[in-house]
Amino acid sequence: MRRRPWLVWTAGVLTYLFLYVPLIIVVVYSFNDSRLNAEWVGFTTHWYGELLRDEQMIEAAWNSLLIGVVASAVSTVLGTMAGYAIYRFRLRLLPILVVMPIAIPEILMGVSLLIFFVMLNLTLGLVSIILSHIAFCVGFVAIVVRSRLSGMDESLIEAARDLGATPVQAFRLVTLPLIMPGIVAGALMAFTLSIDDFVITFFTAGVDSVTLPLQIYSMIKIAVTPEVNAVSTLLMLLTLVLIVIATRLAPGSFRGK
Amino acid sequence: MALLEIRSVTRRFRDFVAVDGVSLSIQAGEFFTLLGPSGCGKTTLLRMIAGFDQPDGGQIVIDGKDMAGVPPEERNVHTVFQSYALFPHMTVEQNIAFPLKMSRCPAGEIGARVREALDDVSLLGMEKRFPNELSGGQRQRVAVARALVNRPKLLLLDEPLAALDAKLKEKMQLELIALQKEVGITFIYVTHDQEEALALSHRIAVMNKGRVEQLDEPAVLYSAPKNRFVADFIGECNLLDCTVALQDGGTLDLDVAQLGRVRAAGVEGSAGATQGTLALRPEKVSIARALADETCVNRFRGKVHDYLYTGDVTLYIVEVEGGRRIEVMLPNNAVGRSSKFFEPGDAVEIGWREDAGHFLRD
Ligand SMILES: Nc1ncnc2c1ncn2[C@@H]1O[C@H](COP(=O)(O)OP(=O)(O)OP(=O)(O)O)[C@@H](O)[C@H]1O
Ligand SMILES: [Mg+2]
Repeated sequence: MRRRPWLVWTAGVLTYLFLYVPLIIVVVYSFNDSRLNAEWVGFTTHWYGELLRDEQMIEAAWNSLLIGVVASAVSTVLGTMAGYAIYRFRLRLLPILVVMPIAIPEILMGVSLLIFFVMLNLTLGLVSIILSHIAFCVGFVAIVVRSRLSGMDESLIEAARDLGATPVQAFRLVTLPLIMPGIVAGALMAFTLSIDDFVITFFTAGVDSVTLPLQIYSMIKIAVTPEVNAVSTLLMLLTLVLIVIATRLAPGSFRGK
Repeated sequence: MALLEIRSVTRRFRDFVAVDGVSLSIQAGEFFTLLGPSGCGKTTLLRMIAGFDQPDGGQIVIDGKDMAGVPPEERNVHTVFQSYALFPHMTVEQNIAFPLKMSRCPAGEIGARVREALDDVSLLGMEKRFPNELSGGQRQRVAVARALVNRPKLLLLDEPLAALDAKLKEKMQLELIALQKEVGITFIYVTHDQEEALALSHRIAVMNKGRVEQLDEPAVLYSAPKNRFVADFIGECNLLDCTVALQDGGTLDLDVAQLGRVRAAGVEGSAGATQGTLALRPEKVSIARALADETCVNRFRGKVHDYLYTGDVTLYIVEVEGGRRIEVMLPNNAVGRSSKFFEPGDAVEIGWREDAGHFLRD
């Protein structure tokens, strides 16, 4: 390894190119002054203006945001509780139950949720989408929180109790601050998963509720327009901002220790 | 009444008995040490006193109150953990203020109490540092300050110096003794380092396999061990299996295989013994090319088999004519002597006084 750094460098650069070139193309063509994604004509912000005038698009964006915020908030709370319970009581079954929705094929999850909601006579819409997003996000949060907990020195909790803290105080003053990076990371993950979920949302959305991925899909059925590029660029930007915020809030869980 | 009463406390992990019917009575103001090899149950016992673990049998009474079912936060006992367990997200100041806040100390008082505690352990000026910005010795002192700040009745210390280097360890030992004297709080100190135990404690309980083998003051423990385990565990010791040949009032004549007849002072309870062990400390054995000291009634000729030079003393292993190997310690106190008095193969004479060995009855 040490004698051939150029090999490592080349592999690294190629990997990054492979990952980022498609994204860069999307961003670049969102500023292209042409209806076609074929050749560069000139710079314009026209497509972004177009987005703002597209009422369907605005509605889809609002829906996605709402679903993302509610689903990630609820699944962060539930997932933190699950992660803590798994760690604290060394549960065997709960981890499996929690991870199941992540592991099984999304299409299966979508279909079964659809059947379930129909059986319950629940009108498909925002509520059913939020519920299904919570179902698959909880597991991610639980895993991140649990792994953060198991990296924590257990004697810290004992020390807190020893020094006079009740179990609740020990959790609030010691455990919670120490696992906060994990919780923030989990919340962020839940939000991004929710924002870009397509398959499960597709099955549980019903006819009236549209999210961004559903909207993009319905648009590209006709043609990949620069408008699609523009909305994708905005989604990317949002994700980027979230990651930057999260790394600021919780340096530990992203940079390693 | 004793501050802490431990009455036949037992703790089992499945079918393994980690603490086996231990009874101890610890007085207020005492520096008490639990000493024993790794795995003998010291930490397990400490955790039950602190309230992290419950005994399967027996009773723990602190200040006259049975501790069964009392959670750690309601016991007037604080612990200094081996890993120190400082809260990494809090500064030194916040760490030390933690127990004060938990005990609802008025906010106005906290600052002064924290400063006082930091002064006790000479850490003033470190208030704003985080634990990962401190050296090992400083962390240890923060842990002690934090555990002492709201003056518990009892302070438990689980090998608090194990992670420190020898020099710092010695310094911290002196500081701990001074601190304990100053605050007058009862310390229960856990260690597997016998030298540390002897240096620090008022009384020591030597533990082995979950039981207390002997409980005594350091000097008694060292000079009059009750059994082979204690003799062997504390300090260096020649353990010679022997049969009693003759018992005459205060003296015993013992036959030791591969050595010969040895005379030893009788001890309490040696009357009527036929078998036993003679525990002989290496520093109580004299060595010379020809022994001049007439008080050495036990004398054997032999040759130096090997030696271990440790700076202040040299430990010689002498093989006597009968074939038995005896360890002899000689201080390197002769002026100008750079290393050793004898070479392997040198013919020497060793000897010890009648009261040098300590007879242990089987
Ligand atoms: N939670 C547990 N489950 C099972 N066995 C345990 C548990 N805790 C301790 N033991 C066992 O009990 C015995 C005593 O352990 P303990 O930690 O009290 O030893 P120790 O005297 O503190 O040793 P050391 O000096 O190495 O810290 C050990 O053999 C250990 O394996
Ligand atoms: Mg231990």
